[in-house]
Amino acid sequence: MRVGVITFPGTLDDRDAARAVVAGGCEAVSLWHADADLKNVDAVILPGGFSYGDYLRCGAISRFAPVMQSVIEAAGKGMPVLGICNGFQVLCESHLLPGALTRNSDLHFLCRDQEIEIVNNSTPWTSSYKAGEKIVIPLKNGEGSFQCDDKTLAELEGEGRVIARYVGQNPNGSRNLIAGITNAHGNVVGLMPHPEHAIDELTGPSAAGLGFFTSILNAMVK
Amino acid sequence: MALDTVVIAQSTPDTVQPFAELGLKLDEYARIKEILGRRPTSSELAMYSVMWSEHCSYKSSKVHLKQFGEKAPKSDALLVGIGENAGVVDVGQGYAVTFKIESHNHPSFIEPYQGAATGVGGIVRDILTMGARPIAVMDPLRFGPADASDTRRVLPGIVAGIGGYGNCLGLPNIGGEVVFDETYIGNPLVNALCVGVMKHSDIKLAKAAGAGNLVVLYGAKTGGDGIGGVSVLASETFGAGGSTKRPSVQVGDPFVEKVLIECSLEIFAEDLVVGIQDLGGAGLSCATSELASGGSGGMKVALDKVPLRDPSLSPEEILMSESQERMCAIVEPSKINRFLEICKKWDVTVTVIGEVTDGDRLEITWNGEVIVNVPPRTVAHEGPVYNRPLAQPAYINQVNSQKVNVPMPSSAAEIKAAVLKLAGAPNLADKSWVTAQYDKYVQGNTIQAQPDDSGMVRLDESTHLGVAISTDANANWSYLNPYQGAKLALAEAARNIATAGARPLAVTNCLNFGSPEDPGVMWQFAESVRGLADGCLEMGLPVTGGNVSFYNQTGAVAILPTPVIGVLGVIQDVRKRTPMSYKTSGLELFLLGETKEDLAGSEWAFLHGQRVGQSPDADLAREMRLIELLLEGNTFFAAAHDLSQGGLSAGLTEMVLRHSVGATISLSNPAIDLLSETPGRVIVAIDASKISQLQALASKYSIAISRLGTTGGDSLTINDSVISLEELRTAHTSTFPRLFG
Repeated sequence: MRVGVITFPGTLDDRDAARAVVAGGCEAVSLWHADADLKNVDAVILPGGFSYGDYLRCGAISRFAPVMQSVIEAAGKGMPVLGICNGFQVLCESHLLPGALTRNSDLHFLCRDQEIEIVNNSTPWTSSYKAGEKIVIPLKNGEGSFQCDDKTLAELEGEGRVIARYVGQNPNGSRNLIAGITNAHGNVVGLMPHPEHAIDELTGPSAAGLGFFTSILNAMVK
Repeated sequence: MALDTVVIAQSTPDTVQPFAELGLKLDEYARIKEILGRRPTSSELAMYSVMWSEHCSYKSSKVHLKQFGEKAPKSDALLVGIGENAGVVDVGQGYAVTFKIESHNHPSFIEPYQGAATGVGGIVRDILTMGARPIAVMDPLRFGPADASDTRRVLPGIVAGIGGYGNCLGLPNIGGEVVFDETYIGNPLVNALCVGVMKHSDIKLAKAAGAGNLVVLYGAKTGGDGIGGVSVLASETFGAGGSTKRPSVQVGDPFVEKVLIECSLEIFAEDLVVGIQDLGGAGLSCATSELASGGSGGMKVALDKVPLRDPSLSPEEILMSESQERMCAIVEPSKINRFLEICKKWDVTVTVIGEVTDGDRLEITWNGEVIVNVPPRTVAHEGPVYNRPLAQPAYINQVNSQKVNVPMPSSAAEIKAAVLKLAGAPNLADKSWVTAQYDKYVQGNTIQAQPDDSGMVRLDESTHLGVAISTDANANWSYLNPYQGAKLALAEAARNIATAGARPLAVTNCLNFGSPEDPGVMWQFAESVRGLADGCLEMGLPVTGGNVSFYNQTGAVAILPTPVIGVLGVIQDVRKRTPMSYKTSGLELFLLGETKEDLAGSEWAFLHGQRVGQSPDADLAREMRLIELLLEGNTFFAAAHDLSQGGLSAGLTEMVLRHSVGATISLSNPAIDLLSETPGRVIVAIDASKISQLQALASKYSIAISRLGTTGGDSLTINDSVISLEELRTAHTSTFPRLFG
């Protein structure tokens, strides 16, 4: 199974995401922002970082990258797509996911070990988890506060499209403690915390993030 | 605007030039004229003035720093020593590691965010320039009193700047220090360390060899930032019609630097450069003169080809501009096309601005007219050297002859109050408010970071090879005795590496002092360098490079002498490191090392407004035995934690809070046991079955050990004082949020 990992100028967690893909049992394939070719991958990850230096708005320039036109098209046909942190921001800017990520409520960049609850385990990225399972993975961003209008929020909640929520105190002011969401079809997932930094206890706060990457293997084998 | 060319300079020897405004002394100006056999052009004057500044030429420190070479211990590990952009050491398995620490103190006081951000950017480029991928940063910081209003301006800005730049580069921030003292108000210290890794064969040097090779400038366009004093020259030479004065603090763009890093690493991987230099302080003046000096000396540069952000810049300003995120490479003509292709892939601006020549002159032209024609070594390496007067300041005898006189706790309630007071003291309190603004996870190789004793990163995922780094300074001790202070800081940094099980290998330093024109400060500096050089020789650790920052002084008040020492160590298998704390109950806690009545320079004395007495003497032979004990005990230690500022009280606080497992401690002389800061001590946690093994090690290495107690429970209990982990945590973690929001 081939999972593409996109590198935009300013992407930082691409090597980490590729390592996690391999740890999950898939082959990691590097995709370049300027190349529309998805190289026959079965799924795509948009990793974290500061693509285009967050110029204008986080993710606002990356959405116009040639590779994104291919991703948007493939996502429309059901390809699993995971956007982590800046990747989540790019997915929102690309209108593959609703809402927007704004500055953390305390206006500081925040890096910490964050407990989240997996709310929806029916996506190709979360099926390795039990619904309601709580895991600790790193959260690290300056603009991680998920915002949307009331109607969108009602839709997300009503359709079970919130896939993960922060546990305990709200770390960044996200509405309804939302840490991750999925699209109506359930194949595109955006997640603010970083499962790719929690694939072993040596380098992460836990190994519990690995579930996102074993999930995608399971989803594709099925 | 009239262009001042070499031809004009020859025909107008009597033109009055603003050398003094540019910081040159009359005799220095005379020497430039002697070197050139004529008056310098305004561009040459600008180059000499900035390259002969204290910052670039080390003119006051050179005579002392040479001890690092003279007293260098024999080391097989050193691949590149002092003098290049950063030192390089062999860490085995074909890997070479480069690391260096630099100051960005003055800009960070003026403009905290940009000053600190560009400090990170500069040191990262130094590491990149050696051919290495930067893999981690650390930031030792010093501020005025924690509750001073200016600290509330400076600290949040500096922390945000370090985070803003480092996070965007994708470099984990794995440690540092935050220390407060009133002498740093108006003189905050921002020291930035970067470490990078490469294969031995990939080491790059700053040299322009091979006539006909091309001089290539790539990265950001050149703007008017950071030109500082040179605007004096522009306005004096050209009158009111010259370009406007601009802020002298550089403005950074980490995105451009991130792209520059990836672009450069791709260029290095294809072996496309002969030599390379980053543009930092003194910009193109520095890069061209250093590259030319590193080769045979000949280079021609067409300055008008430099791409500009601001087309109104004069040639002098272009030479001086400290615009960030720029690199200068020497490229063989046969490889230039591939070089340009890679730059295009990364959307990096790239321009061929000149070529290496057969001669021994650096010649710079502006639209065909020669505006600089100098022997480059005279600019880059043959600046003035001063043996400045030094004298032991009067305060030394005065403070050394006094004894620390502070209240010592005795009752259970007093002991509890003392532990809580230290736990919440700004210098010892939890620093999460700072470190939570830094990304420590990126790159996925971080094994240890703050609040661990040292930062540790994995170099190789298959062999598990790693490096650990710690930076330390105890300015209180350096104030009381700068010679011992430097040695003690070295010992502490080395110990902080060894507690985790890493073997110390090499040393870098950032020497922060007041004005070198004050003989007392110069004495502090000379003593510190002597102490560090002697200490490194004794411990067998080579100094690979460093940085000197003088003039950290407000009026007559200098900062405390603050030699920040960084030690890098190697660990063969990061999975086997010893953590700084334990997670289970029922372990035995032992203290390695003897506790004496060392309150001089202690945090307890500082909290009571006393900086008197005599610093402890560094016993480096004993420190080395302790390090060997730690490395050997690594196989059975459940945890090991260095004791330094705040002594046993702070050490226990940090250990019990780390994983919320308490401890019951029994002390015969609790006040001294808890508050003394005798160097060379470590707490270890071991299984009860390992006691005899520890005793055997202690006897083998002649290190005193004493049993402290056992782990477990939800309190830190010291004799009759019971401190719940909750109240201890509140004291430890509430200080920074209370002070900084």
